[in-house]
Amino acid sequence: MSKLFPKCPKCKTSHFISFLKHAHYVCSKCGHLLRLDAPIRVKMICDRKSFVQFNENIKSLDPLEFPKYRDKLDKSIKETKLNEAVITGVCRIKGYSSTIGIMDPRFIMGSMGSVVGEKITRLLEYSLDNSIPSIIIILSGGARMQEGVLSLMQMVKTSAAVKRLNDNHLPLFTVLTDPTTGGVTASYAMLGNVILAEPNALIGFAGPRVIEQTIGQSLPNGFQRAEFLLEHGMIDMIVQRKELKTVLGTLLKIHSQRPYSYH
Amino acid sequence: MSHTEINKTKAMDIVRLARHTKRPTTLDYISFIIKDFIELHGDRRFSDDNAIVGGIGFLENIAVTVIGHQKGRNVKENIKRNFGMANPEGYRKALRLMEEAERFGRPIINFIDTPGAYPGIGAEERGQAEAIAYNLYKMSTFKTPIISIVTGEGGSGGALALSVADRIYMLSNSIYSVISPEGCASILWKDTRKAAAAAESLKLTAKDLFDLKIIDGIIKEPGNGAHEDHKSTAERIKSTLISAINELLLIEPSTLIDQRYQKYRKMGVFSD
Repeated sequence: MSKLFPKCPKCKTSHFISFLKHAHYVCSKCGHLLRLDAPIRVKMICDRKSFVQFNENIKSLDPLEFPKYRDKLDKSIKETKLNEAVITGVCRIKGYSSTIGIMDPRFIMGSMGSVVGEKITRLLEYSLDNSIPSIIIILSGGARMQEGVLSLMQMVKTSAAVKRLNDNHLPLFTVLTDPTTGGVTASYAMLGNVILAEPNALIGFAGPRVIEQTIGQSLPNGFQRAEFLLEHGMIDMIVQRKELKTVLGTLLKIHSQRPYSYH
Repeated sequence: MSHTEINKTKAMDIVRLARHTKRPTTLDYISFIIKDFIELHGDRRFSDDNAIVGGIGFLENIAVTVIGHQKGRNVKENIKRNFGMANPEGYRKALRLMEEAERFGRPIINFIDTPGAYPGIGAEERGQAEAIAYNLYKMSTFKTPIISIVTGEGGSGGALALSVADRIYMLSNSIYSVISPEGCASILWKDTRKAAAAAESLKLTAKDLFDLKIIDGIIKEPGNGAHEDHKSTAERIKSTLISAINELLLIEPSTLIDQRYQKYRKMGVFSD
């Protein structure tokens, strides 16, 4: 893909990068939302220069010596200049402090292995220790197959950390972006106290192809899209990308008001 | 045959045993182990999911809540039981029964045997992911002891939704995996016939999971496997349960919850 004239993956229209940036990476021709690298999200959501990353050096170790996994990790690290599929840290949004985790599509499709589970858990524990809310921008194909059952256990680890946060009257806000599937949906993604989603994002537990193969029929139009989940009562609202920062800022502001006995 | 080839045969053999149609099911174990068992039904929200069964009774003289995935032995039973693949209402029924257990101070025993959560249209519409996530969330802080035993297939999120516990055991021919060997082979090599190699790579046997420090113990099956002798398999499970429960009942609830959190907190392998 040309860096100066990226193409919309849906309608194939080329856009001049600075126009695309100005439009929050939404195709002006067909309205498709381009998938965003985590560092671009930071600039879009956090107040200027407020983001401080932590735990950026935690790395996967290929504990199962799984076929081709080491190569895949090395390639992802080289391409993204990130060490894993999520970046985490603390920031301000419209002046309000929060921890924030942002998942990156380029790193094995944002899948969760030991490192993603550990970084999300530390993010939630940092929020707890510092009495500030957490925000996680989700993008994930699910639990990372290459770390086997260790990946699966990250679902428990992260969900237990959300419970601890909530038991101390602190919120988690999740933003589900395309795609949010599998073990990440079935853990912290669906545990947001407020769950936001981007328009038309694919959100589900099982992948559409697996469902089609299981039931032997094609799926209805719009199935597992953000609008479908809203209709079925699974999420709170669909937010346009250009509005996201404002909505998150308002959520932080409302939740900043707690009775003294809750502190 | 090379050393790795021998191992490959082994993992897939265990997968086959874990799926053996003559293997005892949750209701079989309950009939051997639990006295005065009363099965309870329904999630009080949508329906009763026959892929998960649960109820109350006595383990020796201790009142307990028992829940588990339920597979069938033949086509007719399996249609009723949906091959042990639960819909959201199954996980919500399980949660309801566990909340009752906590309310009345009963230890919780969960039997795990499922290919996975059911991938269907209705399941997605009714929030399969939310149902699983919410069980993980709630189970992390139940005040009563939870013991889970993987008796057959521990299939991904569908297994996990019942298996958050203070002690996790696996039968020696059971498996626990993030994805089925067939599914993994299809993603990795675009060829489901390579399932045996995938089974090996996934490290899904009881021994693998014990080495990875995920489970607390392995319950050895009699003879060539549980399918040959339901009764002695059940007896071995029973004695494991009794000693674990007696140990866990001595722990203060707040300590129990903290130890459960730390148990999962430690899972994962990485460099820092």
